[in-house]
Amino acid sequence: MSGIVLLGPQRLQPTVGQIIQDLDLAGPVAAITGGWEEREHEDDELTANLELETQNLELYQRGEQVLEDDPDLFRALQDLRAQRRKAQALYRISLHGAMATLRAVAEAPASEYSQEELTAAFEVVRALDARHLERITRIEASFRKRWATARRQSVRRQRKEIDEILERCPVVAVAGGHVGVLTDLMRFFGLDSRLKRHQLLAWSAGAMALGSRVILFHDSPPQGFGNAEVWGPGLGLYGQVLPFPQARKRLMLDDSLRATILARRFAPQTCVPLDEGEHLVLVDGRPGAGSSGRRLEQDGRLVELSP
Amino acid sequence: MKLSIREFARSAPGPAEIDALLEQHTFPHQDGTTTTFVYRGEADEVRLRHFIYGLPSSQPFNAIAGTDLWYLVYELPECSRVEYKIELVNEGETQWILDPLNPYTARDPFGANSVCHGPGYVRPRWIDPDPDARPGTLRNLIVPSRVFDERRKLQVYIPARMRRERDYPLLIVHDGPDFVRYSGLTTVLDNLIYRLEIPPMIVALTESPNRLEEYAGDERHAEFIAKEVLPMIRTKLPIDPSPSAVGLLGASFGAVASLSTAWRYPGVFGRLLLLSGSFAFTDIGENHNRGPAFDPVVRFMNAFRDQPGTPTEKLFLGCGTYESLIYENRSLLPLLQATGMDVRYVESRDGHNWENWRDRLREGLSWLFPGPLWMVYE
Repeated sequence: MSGIVLLGPQRLQPTVGQIIQDLDLAGPVAAITGGWEEREHEDDELTANLELETQNLELYQRGEQVLEDDPDLFRALQDLRAQRRKAQALYRISLHGAMATLRAVAEAPASEYSQEELTAAFEVVRALDARHLERITRIEASFRKRWATARRQSVRRQRKEIDEILERCPVVAVAGGHVGVLTDLMRFFGLDSRLKRHQLLAWSAGAMALGSRVILFHDSPPQGFGNAEVWGPGLGLYGQVLPFPQARKRLMLDDSLRATILARRFAPQTCVPLDEGEHLVLVDGRPGAGSSGRRLEQDGRLVELSP
Repeated sequence: MKLSIREFARSAPGPAEIDALLEQHTFPHQDGTTTTFVYRGEADEVRLRHFIYGLPSSQPFNAIAGTDLWYLVYELPECSRVEYKIELVNEGETQWILDPLNPYTARDPFGANSVCHGPGYVRPRWIDPDPDARPGTLRNLIVPSRVFDERRKLQVYIPARMRRERDYPLLIVHDGPDFVRYSGLTTVLDNLIYRLEIPPMIVALTESPNRLEEYAGDERHAEFIAKEVLPMIRTKLPIDPSPSAVGLLGASFGAVASLSTAWRYPGVFGRLLLLSGSFAFTDIGENHNRGPAFDPVVRFMNAFRDQPGTPTEKLFLGCGTYESLIYENRSLLPLLQATGMDVRYVESRDGHNWENWRDRLREGLSWLFPGPLWMVYE
């Protein structure tokens, strides 16, 4: 059985056990907690919540081992991260101007030219998003090609062990944490192509990492302007929705202008807040029967999901 | 509900009308930037004693003839936060009391004051305990000090779930226990860490038995912090070795002590958070009008202004516009910026008090020590 369920945060209100029961899933479960970084092994609560035999894939530890075994690759990865930081910083500068323009146009007195101007302002932002995503994809592809990561001895050994675990686990649970670390680890160990036949349960950063692109967001950070940013490609296991975990804490969805801009900017993907207790059962990439949550309409309204 | 206290006074109110007035309104009453203070009780005189530098510190209330009601109408700019007391004069005796009609108070080492929140001031949500935030713990340490020839106590805030194998930023706080008592520092740290706005960090809460002397630019204090406190903490706790991960925080004389310590040990403390610094200086000679406690401060500040060097990498400077030190802080800014340090300066419509410093912690700490807010989704 394969499929994807995206869940809200699990720390305060775990629901993953209930979902497993509802879907009548059988274990064992392969757990991915690499987003917790050095706390990867503190998975007792998670294991208890899953209520099935669970084996942690230990992606973070495996990643650390590879870097220890392969110093050349370690240095190359440091360079890759520096490249990505530079690209992100530059994109952020351009994005700031484009988002300020977009908001100004959206708030300008209405006239017969408003819609045309607003559409153009959205196009500028979407073009920046697309260019950044393409640049990061290119940087990463170039890295993989140059360093042939999949064929390196240090990586092959770990991938083999991961494959063996995945072979006997029909269910994979992907927890939250650091979305960059998590996404990079999963791609590094080739999980983008290895998880297509598994039943996936993913929440918070885990839900973000499995999608077609990873969007970083916070409407009221203590520093900066609170513009959502494209971070890079996700694993591409689904693509028609964009999950926004902890939306109540991170997004000002009662600000209709902000909500509208968010929804329209990322269309045709549907923005879906994922708060505690909510979950999406994806069917053909869309929320299907059994889902419980809301979606953001392009006019900024939040509506209950109707499969 | 709108209130015109002057119209009310002209209406010759009786006790029942006064009861109704107090029932129907909260006080101090805000109507835009107009604030109405009210006191009810027998007195020869009633005054507002506030702590806004630049205005007469004692403002007389008006009596409403034939009643025991007194009032004062005051203009408070947007986002003001003012601490005050009510002064009662009876038969030549004066007494300062908290405003009986105002539930908001702020504590400090001298007791408590009533607090008036002006229009637009929003009490931060991150200052109240959040049940979802994992609380850090306080641990007692002893620093055997050669500099001061005694053993000094130190409290250290340990973030929740600290791991020995990871390195943490360190913030050394002057008047640390007072920051905990009056600015809610540990709650603020718990909350900002939980909200991912700052990283989990270790915070040393130092205090001095003689702060007016030791915090006034005293080189012994700088040596104590740089050569005794910091190395001792490094031996006991996992501290990130980079200077950019080590900061000093201080308010008032504590800010002078922080600046003095970083200046005397450049390259050691990469982050400074200085609030309402008592940065008194002179442009010629050493005469000033702030009293003898400031003599060593002026000497230090004059030496610093003469050769500022580059004491740190990032410096956050905050000051209230209702305190006399605003002029020294403002005039220090261009000099700090000229050193090449990354400097951020913030003013607030508040006074020289612990809640003003509390309200700056989020902005200051998250700028100096940014957390993984944008990357972590739990």
